[in-house]
Amino acid sequence: MEQIILFAPLVGALIGGFGWKIIGETAAQWLTTGLLFLAALLSWVIMLTFDASAHDNGYYTIDLMRWIQSGTLDTSWGIRIDRLTAIMLVVINTVSALVHLYSFGYMAHDEQFPDTPYKARFFAYLSFFTFAMLMLVTADNLVQMFFGWEGVGVASYLLIGFYYKKPSANAAAIKAFVVNRVGDFGFALGIFAIFYVTGSINFDVIFAEAPALAETTLHFLWRDWNAAEVIALLLFIGAMGKSAQLILHTWLPDAMEGPTPVSALIHAATMVTAGVFLVCRMSPIMEFAPSATSFIVFLGATTAFFAATVGLVQNDIKRVIAYSTCSQLGYMFVAAGLGVYSVAMFHLFTHAFFKAMLFLGAGSVIHGMHHEQDMRNYGGLRHKLPWTFRAMMIGTLAITGFGIPLLYIGFPVGFAGFVSKDAIIESAYAGTAGGYAFWMLVVAALFTSFYSWRLIFLTFYGKPRGDKHTHEHAHESPKVMLVPLAVLAVGAIFAGMVFYKPFFGNAKYVGQYFGVAYAEQGHGDDHAMDGHTDETHADEDHAATVDEHHGDEEAHGETHYAFDGEPGQGAIYVAHDNTTLDDAHLVPVWVKLSPFFAMILGFATAWLFYIRSPHLPRKLAQQQEPLYNFLLNKWYFDELYDAIFVKPAMWLGTFLWKRGDGNVIDGSLNGIAMGIIPTLTRWCGRAQSGYVFTYAFAMVIGIVVILTYFTITGSYE
Amino acid sequence: MDNLLSITTFIPAIAAAILALFLRGDDEAAQRNAKWVAMAATAMTFLVSLFILFGFDAGNTDFQFVEERTWIMGFTYKMGIDGISILFVMLTTFLMPIVIASCWTVNSRVKEYMIAFLLLETLMLGVFMALDLVLFYLFFEAGLIPMFLIIGIWGGANRIYASFKFFLYTFLGSVLMLVAMVGMYSAAGTTDIPSLMGFPFGTDTFSILGIHIMGGMQTLLWLAFFASFAVKMPMWPVHTWLPDAHVQAPTAGSVVLAAILLKMGGYGFLRFSLPMFPIGSEVMGSLVLWMSAIAIVYTSLVALVQEDMKKLIAYSSVAHMGFVTMGIFTFNQQGLDGAIFQMLSHGFISGALFLCVGVIYDRMHTRDIDAYGGLVNRMPAYALIFMFFTMANVGLPGTSGFVGEFLTLMAVFQVNTWVAAVATTGVIFSAAYALWLYRRVVMGDLIKESLKSITDMTARERWIFAPLVIMTLLLGVYPSLVTDIIGPSVAALVDQVETAQAAYMPSTASVASH
Repeated sequence: MEQIILFAPLVGALIGGFGWKIIGETAAQWLTTGLLFLAALLSWVIMLTFDASAHDNGYYTIDLMRWIQSGTLDTSWGIRIDRLTAIMLVVINTVSALVHLYSFGYMAHDEQFPDTPYKARFFAYLSFFTFAMLMLVTADNLVQMFFGWEGVGVASYLLIGFYYKKPSANAAAIKAFVVNRVGDFGFALGIFAIFYVTGSINFDVIFAEAPALAETTLHFLWRDWNAAEVIALLLFIGAMGKSAQLILHTWLPDAMEGPTPVSALIHAATMVTAGVFLVCRMSPIMEFAPSATSFIVFLGATTAFFAATVGLVQNDIKRVIAYSTCSQLGYMFVAAGLGVYSVAMFHLFTHAFFKAMLFLGAGSVIHGMHHEQDMRNYGGLRHKLPWTFRAMMIGTLAITGFGIPLLYIGFPVGFAGFVSKDAIIESAYAGTAGGYAFWMLVVAALFTSFYSWRLIFLTFYGKPRGDKHTHEHAHESPKVMLVPLAVLAVGAIFAGMVFYKPFFGNAKYVGQYFGVAYAEQGHGDDHAMDGHTDETHADEDHAATVDEHHGDEEAHGETHYAFDGEPGQGAIYVAHDNTTLDDAHLVPVWVKLSPFFAMILGFATAWLFYIRSPHLPRKLAQQQEPLYNFLLNKWYFDELYDAIFVKPAMWLGTFLWKRGDGNVIDGSLNGIAMGIIPTLTRWCGRAQSGYVFTYAFAMVIGIVVILTYFTITGSYE
Repeated sequence: MDNLLSITTFIPAIAAAILALFLRGDDEAAQRNAKWVAMAATAMTFLVSLFILFGFDAGNTDFQFVEERTWIMGFTYKMGIDGISILFVMLTTFLMPIVIASCWTVNSRVKEYMIAFLLLETLMLGVFMALDLVLFYLFFEAGLIPMFLIIGIWGGANRIYASFKFFLYTFLGSVLMLVAMVGMYSAAGTTDIPSLMGFPFGTDTFSILGIHIMGGMQTLLWLAFFASFAVKMPMWPVHTWLPDAHVQAPTAGSVVLAAILLKMGGYGFLRFSLPMFPIGSEVMGSLVLWMSAIAIVYTSLVALVQEDMKKLIAYSSVAHMGFVTMGIFTFNQQGLDGAIFQMLSHGFISGALFLCVGVIYDRMHTRDIDAYGGLVNRMPAYALIFMFFTMANVGLPGTSGFVGEFLTLMAVFQVNTWVAAVATTGVIFSAAYALWLYRRVVMGDLIKESLKSITDMTARERWIFAPLVIMTLLLGVYPSLVTDIIGPSVAALVDQVETAQAAYMPSTASVASH
C-alpha cells in the first residue's frame, strides 16, 4: 500500500509526460488524476489506521533498494511511516488530488499556448511534484530526504516557469531554484556535519546519537561549536530556503507567476511546509540545540510579522495570499522552535486546507475575470461568483481565526485556523514568557485579519472597477473547479476541531498520537516507559477527568502529563523538561483572547477602509508615503539583493574571466611562450596541408627516442 | 583469452590502419564506408570490453587480466586493470560509438577524421590499462596528437591558436613528468607500475636553495606528476587552455575531450600520485584542496558571464573537475569513490551537453547564446533533453551528477570544513549559470527570424542521447553499480595511503621540533 501511494504519482507523471501522445491528452489527465485520488484515499487509510503503539518506537520502515554506498556511508531508498509521515501523506495527496481535479477546469483554455498541447505536460509536472514531495516525507534518511527536497525544487522550477514565453515567469523560476539552493547549501552542510559526527545519515542512528551530539564539539570554520547547535542551525538554513523564511523569502511572491493551481499545491499547502516538516522531523536534534531553536523562534516570529506587513498593501490577489503563506509559515516555525512540534504540524495541517482553498478560490476569481489579478480592478463580484465567494469567505474565516473564544466542548469551537493559530500563539506566550514571539504573532494576527478581509472586500464587495467588458463577462467557474473548493471547505471548517486533541490536547493524547512515551507529571519521571507508547495504567480514567476539566484550566485537581520518550522513539521527541505544550493551556485569559481581538480589530479596520469610507486608504498612503512605498516594495529586499549579490557576482565573474584568466594567467603564459609560438605557428601552417600524419608519426618517434634516452641514461646514475 | 585487454585496445587501431591502407577516394560512398568502419570498430570494442567487465572480480584488489611481454630495448609491455581503472576503460568504449555517431554529418576529410578518433580510442584505452611507466607515458603523450589534429584541422576559425595552446600546456606539463619518471626509474630500478606502487620513495626533508622541502624526494616527484595531471584535469589556474580548445574543437572532439581525456588527469592522481607518493600527497594535499575549492567558485563565476555556449560548459567542466581533485586529496573512501564517480558521471553529462550544443550548432552555425531564444517552441524534444542534462549538471539527486558531488563534499567536510563550505557554494553557482544558460537558449518566445524554421532533433540525434540519459539516470538511482566495482580497490588504496602517512608522522614531528 505504501508503495502504491509513493509510486502512483510517478507512474502518472511518466504517462502524463510521455504517454499522452499515445493515449491522448484527456486520457492522460484522467489517468494522472485518478492515480492521485487513489493515493489520497490510501493515505487517509494510513493516517486513520496508523497506530504508533503497534510498532517498535512508533514507526516502521520498508526497504526498497540500495542507494549511495561508500565505505561507512550507507544510504538506501526506503519508506518510513510514522505519525509525521502519515499526516504529510494526507496533506500532500489530498490537496494534490483536488488540485489535479481543479486543473481540468482552470487549465482548460490557455491563451499562452494557442496551438501547443500543454495540458498533459502540466498534469505530468503536478504528479512529478507529488512524487518528489512524497519521497521527501517518507524518507528514512537525510539523503533521500534531500532527493525529495531537490526534486520538489525542480518541479517548482518547472511549474513556475510553465508559461515559458513570459520573461517574468522564467526569471521567477530561476530565482526560486537558486534561492532554494542557497538554503540547500546549508542543508547539505548540515548533512555532512551529521555524517561526520555520527557516521550515519539514517534517522534512527542520528536520533539515538542526539544526546551525545549535545556533548560533542565540532570544529566548523573558524571555531569549535556545540555539534547539535551547529547542525540544527545548518539544517534550519535549508528550511528557511524551502519555507521562504526571512532573508530567503524573496522567491515565494515571485513564484506566483506559475498557474494558480500550482500556487495552491506547491506554494501554499505542501512544498513550502517542507521546512517545518524538516524541523519537526529533526526534533531529537533540535531539542538539544537551545540556541538554534531560539533563533528559529525569533526568525519565525519576525517573518510572520514582516510578511503580514507587506501583505497589507499588495494589490495582486495572489501576492497577498503568497505573503500570507510566508507569514503563516512563520507561525509554524515559532511552534517548532519552541518544541511544540505537534502544534506546528497542526497548523501545517489546517493551513494546507484553508490556504489551498484561498488560492483555488483566487484562481476561480482569476479564471472568471479572464486572468485579471489586480484587486483594484475587481469589486462586487459576489453576485457573479456566488460559490467562489462563499468558499473564499470560509477560507478567510479560517485564516483569520474566527471562532468562539473560551468555549470548550471537548474541543474549542471555531474554524480550523482559529484552533491551530491560537494554539501557536498560546504556546508562544508560554514558551517565551510573553516575549517577542508572542507579541509579533499577535500583531501579525491583526494584520492577517486586515489583509484577508481587505481581499474579500476589494474583490467581492463595492462597485465593479476596472475594465467594464471583463466584469460583464465575469462568470462562475465550472463544477470541476468548485467541487475541490467544497471539499477543502470541509477541511477549513472542521480540521481544527476534529484533530484538536491529538495535536494540542496534552502530552498524553499527543504522545499517543505521535508514538511518544509520556508520564504523569510529578511522579512520572522515575518510571520511564520503555520503547513505544503505553496504553497502560488507568489512562482511561484519567482521560475522563482531563476531559471534564479541560475547559477550565484553573480548575484544581487536573492531571498533567509530560513527555517521557527517548530520542528516536516515536515521530517526534520532546525533551522531558520542555513543558510548553502543557503550559500553553495554562496561559492567562487575556492571552487566549488576544488573537480574537486582533482578528476583530483587523476586520473592523478593513471594513472601515474598504466598505465604510473607501477614500481612507489612499489618503493614508499619501500621508505616510515613505512607509507605504517601503511596504509596497516589500522592504526593498529584491533591490538590496540585486545590489549586494547579483550585480557583484556578475562583476566578479567578468573580472575573473577578463583579468584573471585573460591578463594574469594567459598573459604570463603567453609571455613565456612568445618565443616559441611564432615558429610553431608557421610549422602548423604546413600541418594543415595534408602531411599531418607524417608529422604525427614523427612526434611519436620523437617521444619514444627522448624517453628511451632518458630512461637508459637515467639508470646509470 | 589472456590478451583481452590488448585486443580491446587495438581493435580501433587496426580499424584505423585498414581505413588508412584500403579506403580510397573521397566521394560520398567512401565517406559512408569510413563512418561505418569506425562505427563497427568502436561498437566491437565496446562489446569486447563487456567481457572484461563481466569477467572482472571486484573483490580482488590486485591487477587482473594482466599481460606481460618483453618489448623493444628491454622494455616491458604490461597491461592490466583493477577496480580503479576498469570503469574508465568502460567509459571510453561506451562513449566512442556515440562519438562516432555524432559525427555522421561531417563531410570534410572523413577518413582522416575517423582515423584520428580510432587512434585516439586506442591511446586512451592504453592509458587506463598500461602497467608499465614507459608504456603509460607513450599512450599518455601520444593521445595528445590525434586530439591536437582534431582541433587543428576540423576545428573552428581560431583553431590554430587553440590547438597550440592545448598542445603547449599539456606538453609542458608532461616534460616534468618525464623527468620524474626517469628519477623514479633510477631510484627503484624498475618501470613496473605495480612494483612502483609499493616502492618507498625517499621522504627525508632536504633543502634546495634554502627552501625546506617537506617530504623530500616524494614531494618533488609528486610535484612533477602534478604538473602534468593538473594541466590535464584541468585545475585552476592552468585551466585556460580548456575553454579555448572546446570552443574551437568540433563537437565530437569536445565530447571526447570533456568526457574522456580530462579523466586521464584524475586517473593519474589515483594511479601514481596517491599510491606512489603518499607523503608527497599529504604534504601538498591541502594545497590541492584549496586549489579545487577556488576552482569551483572561480570558474563557476566565470561561467556565469559567458556568452559562448561551449565556453560556458567548458568552465562548468573545470568546476566539476574541482570536485574530483578535492575528493581525491581527502584520502578517504567517500572522497575517492566520489571522485571516480564524478569523473564517470561527468563523462556522460558533459559529453551530452556538448552534444546538445552540437545539435543546434549544426543547424545555426553559431554558439552565441544571444543568437538563440525560445527554442522550446519548435524543438520540444531538444528542450527536454537539454533540461535533463542541465539538471544533471547542477547535481540534482537522482541523476549521476549528484552522487559524485555529494560524496566528495561529504568527504572533504571530514578533512577541512572551510574547503567544504567554499566548495559547497558551487551548488548555488552551478544552478545559476546552468539555468540561466537554459533560459536564454531554450525558454522565452521564439522571436528571432533566423530561428523560425529550426527543426527538432532527428531520430539519429535522439538515439545518440538515449544511452547517455539511461546511464545518467541509472547511476543516479543505483550508484552501487559503480561503487560495488570500485569500492574494494579504493578501500585498498585508502588503506595503503593511510598506512604510509601514519608511518610518516613521527618524522614530521621531528622536523617540526627543529
